[in-house]
Amino acid sequence: MMNSLKMVLLAVSTLLLTFPVCAQEVTKEQIKGLDEQIQEIKTDVLGIAAELNRLEEKLLYPSDTQVAVFVSLASGEKVRLDSVEIQLGGKPVAHHLYTYKELEALQKGGVQRIYTGNIMTGQHALQVTLLGQTAGGTDFKKTESFNVTKDVGPKIVEFTLASQNITLKDW
Amino acid sequence: MIRLLIFLASLLFASSSLAASTPASKDQNNLASTTTPKTLKDLYFGEALYYAFQGDWFDSIARLDTELGQFHGLDEPELDSLYYHINQAEFAVGDFELAYRMHYRAGRAITAVIEGNVEEPVRNEAIFRLARIYFQKDQPENALHAVERIRGTVPERIRDDLTFLRAQIYLANGRFAEAARILRELQSTKSLEGFATYNLGIALLRDGKEQDGRQYLDRTGQIASNSPSTLAIKDKSNLVLGYKLLDENNFEGAKQVLDRVRLSGPFSNRALLGSGWADVSQERFDRALVPWSILIQREVTDSAVQEAMLAVPYAYAKLNVHSRAALMYGSALDAFGMEVDKLGASIKSIREGRFLQALVREELKQDANWVVKLRNLPETPETYYLLELMASHDFQESLKNYLDLEELRKKLVVWAEDLNAFEEIIGQRRAYYHPLLPEIDREFRRLDSQMRLRLEQRDRVEQRLKGMLVAPRPDYLATAEERIFGEQIAHLEQALYAGGAAVPPEIEARIRRLRGILNWNIYTEYDQRFTEAHKNLRELNQVVELLKMQYTSFVRNRQAATQSYEGYDDVIRRQRLLIQAAEEKVKELMARQGNMLETMAVNELTKRRERLEEFQVKARFALADSYDRATRAESRKKVNQ
Repeated sequence: MMNSLKMVLLAVSTLLLTFPVCAQEVTKEQIKGLDEQIQEIKTDVLGIAAELNRLEEKLLYPSDTQVAVFVSLASGEKVRLDSVEIQLGGKPVAHHLYTYKELEALQKGGVQRIYTGNIMTGQHALQVTLLGQTAGGTDFKKTESFNVTKDVGPKIVEFTLASQNITLKDW
Repeated sequence: MIRLLIFLASLLFASSSLAASTPASKDQNNLASTTTPKTLKDLYFGEALYYAFQGDWFDSIARLDTELGQFHGLDEPELDSLYYHINQAEFAVGDFELAYRMHYRAGRAITAVIEGNVEEPVRNEAIFRLARIYFQKDQPENALHAVERIRGTVPERIRDDLTFLRAQIYLANGRFAEAARILRELQSTKSLEGFATYNLGIALLRDGKEQDGRQYLDRTGQIASNSPSTLAIKDKSNLVLGYKLLDENNFEGAKQVLDRVRLSGPFSNRALLGSGWADVSQERFDRALVPWSILIQREVTDSAVQEAMLAVPYAYAKLNVHSRAALMYGSALDAFGMEVDKLGASIKSIREGRFLQALVREELKQDANWVVKLRNLPETPETYYLLELMASHDFQESLKNYLDLEELRKKLVVWAEDLNAFEEIIGQRRAYYHPLLPEIDREFRRLDSQMRLRLEQRDRVEQRLKGMLVAPRPDYLATAEERIFGEQIAHLEQALYAGGAAVPPEIEARIRRLRGILNWNIYTEYDQRFTEAHKNLRELNQVVELLKMQYTSFVRNRQAATQSYEGYDDVIRRQRLLIQAAEEKVKELMARQGNMLETMAVNELTKRRERLEEFQVKARFALADSYDRATRAESRKKVNQ
C-alpha cells in the first residue's frame, strides 16, 4: 500500500508537471510582444522626461539666476548621514532625511542634488547643517557657514562630508 | 523516478538557465559594471550615478539622457565637464537601460562608441558590454559575433569577466569543448570562485564527459567560502549533482552530496527532500525522517514541504509506527485542507483584482524584503504565494514590467499637473510684465540714445587726447570761460576792423594784451590741464564701465523677463498631447500586463491546488490504511497479552 502511495505521489507530480490544466495559457510570444511594447512606451516617456527637464530648467531656473547645491561623501567615508539642511541668506531652502538606499548611493560615490533655486548676483550666505552618526556609533551635528558669490551664469556648489568636516567646492 | 528525471531535466537541459552567470552580470540591481570615476568632474553625471546606485533606473537614464543630449549639441564639447567622463557615460546609459529592461535600446549608445573614433582598449570594452547585453537578451549568436570582434588590448579590469562571458557564450551556442577549455583557465580566478568550476562541470557534462563534469560539480560543492554568491552556487552544484546521482541509483553518493547543501540556503528544501528519498531508496526509513522532519517545520506553501508532509508518515508506516503515521496523515490532511482553502481564497482574490492593488502599495517598496513582507500580511491572501510565483522568470519579469508601468503612470499624472502649474506661472508672469514693459522699453530707448550720445562724445574726447600726445593742441583744453573770452575778443576785433577805419593803437594794444593773457594761461597751464583731462577721462571710463555693466544687466534681465513667459505655449501644448497619449498607452499596457500576471498567478495556484487535492485524496486513503493497521496492531497486542 505504501509503495503504491509513493508511486502515485510521483505519478501525480509528474502528470501535473507535464500536463498542466488551466483555462488560459500565457505564451512566450505574448510575453515577448507585450514586453516590446512596454519598452517602447518607456522610450517615449523618457523622451517626455528629457524635454520636461529642459522646459522646467528654462522656465523655473533660468541660467542667470540658477543655483544648484550638491551633497557628496568623501571616498571611504563610513559616517551614517541622517539629515542635511541648507540655508540660503538665513532662510531654510532644503531639508532632506536619508534612507538607507540613499546613504548607500552616496557612499558608492553618487552625488545628490539637494537644492535648485534662484538667487540674485552678488554675495550670499550659505549654511549647511549635517546630522548623523559616526562609525563608532556617536551622534554628531555639524554646521558650517560659507559665503558664495553669484555671477552671471549658473552657480554650482558642492558640499562634501569627510571625517565630520564639511568642505565647500565652488564649481 | 520519473519525477526525478523531470526535475533533473529542468535543471540540466533548460537552454540558458543552468549555466550560472556571476552575480555581477546577472543581478541587474547590483550595478557592479558602472562605478564612480576616481575624480568626478561633472556633478550631473554624479547625480545620475546617485539614482542608479539606488536602482532608480528611470531617473538615472533621464538625467544621463539630458546631459548627453546637451553634450552632443555643443559646438566645443571638449570644453564641457562631461567630456572627461563621456565614454563612461555612454557605457553607463547602456547599463542603466539594460537594468531597466529596455533591451532594444540598450547597446545603442555603446554601438555609437564602437563606431566612433576611440582607442582600442575603449572599443574592446564597448564590444564586451555589447556582447554581454546580447547574451542577457538571450541572443547567443549576436553575442558570439560581437565577442569575436575583440582584437588587441583589453582593459585589465574586464579581462576575467570577458573570458568568463566568452565561455558562457560558447556554452549557449553549443560549443561545449571550447567553453570547457576557457573555463579551465579561470579556475584560479578569485572573483569567479565557484562559478567557473560549476560552469566547467556543466560544459563537460554537455560535452559528454560525464566523469570529468561530475568531478567539477563535486569540487564546486566543496568550496570553502564566506561569499554569499559562492555559497549559493556551491549549494546549486550539490543539488544538481545530488539529483543526478539519485537518478543513477547511487543513493549513498546522492545522500552525501545533498547533505552538503546549507540548511538556510535557497536550495535547502529540495536538498532535504532529496536526501530523505535517498535514504528511503536504501530502505533507511528512520534516517529519512531526519531531513524530512526538518522540512515539514517550514513554510507549508513550498511544494517540497508539502511532499514531505506525506513522506514522513509514509516513513513511519514503513517503520510500523502506524499510529504516528495516522496522526501525521491527519495533520497533513488538515494542513492541505487549509492550504487548499488559502489557494482558493488567493485565486478568488486575484480574480477580484486585489492582487495587483497589493503589489503597487508604495510603502512596501522602501524595504528590500518587500516580497517577503507582502506574503506575510494576513489580510492579503492574494499575495501568500508571491514568493513562490516569483521563482518563475516570466512571472518575475512581468511583475517588474507592471511595477515599471505603475511608476510611469504616476509620473505622467504628476507631469500633467506640472504643466498646469507651469501655465499658471507663465500667466502670472505675463500679467505682471506685460503692462510694465512698454513703459520700461520707452524709458530704456530714451536713456539708450542719451547713453550712445555720451559714449560717442567720450570716444571723441579720447581720440582728441590721443592725438594731442603727438600734436599738442592747447586750445582744445581751454575752459568754457576762456573760449567765451576768446570769442568776445574775436568779436571785438571783427567789429574794430570791419569798418575799414584805422584802429587806435591803444585799443589794438589792449586787445593784443587780452589775447596774450588768454593764450598765456592756456599755454602755460597746458601740461597740467592735459594731465587733468586724462585723469578725468579715466574716471569717466570707470563710470562708463559701470554703466555698461548695468546696461548689459538690464538687457539680460529685460530678455529674461520676456523669456519668462513667451515661447512656451507650443512646447507645453505638445508635451500635454504626448503625456495624454502616453497615459492612455500606459493604461492599456497595464491592463494587459496585469491580466497576464493574474492569469499566470491563477494558473500556477490552480496547478498547486489540484496537486494538493490529489495529495488529499491519497492522504485520506493512506490515513484510513494506517488507522486500520494501527487498530489491528493494537488488537493483536491485546490478544497476545
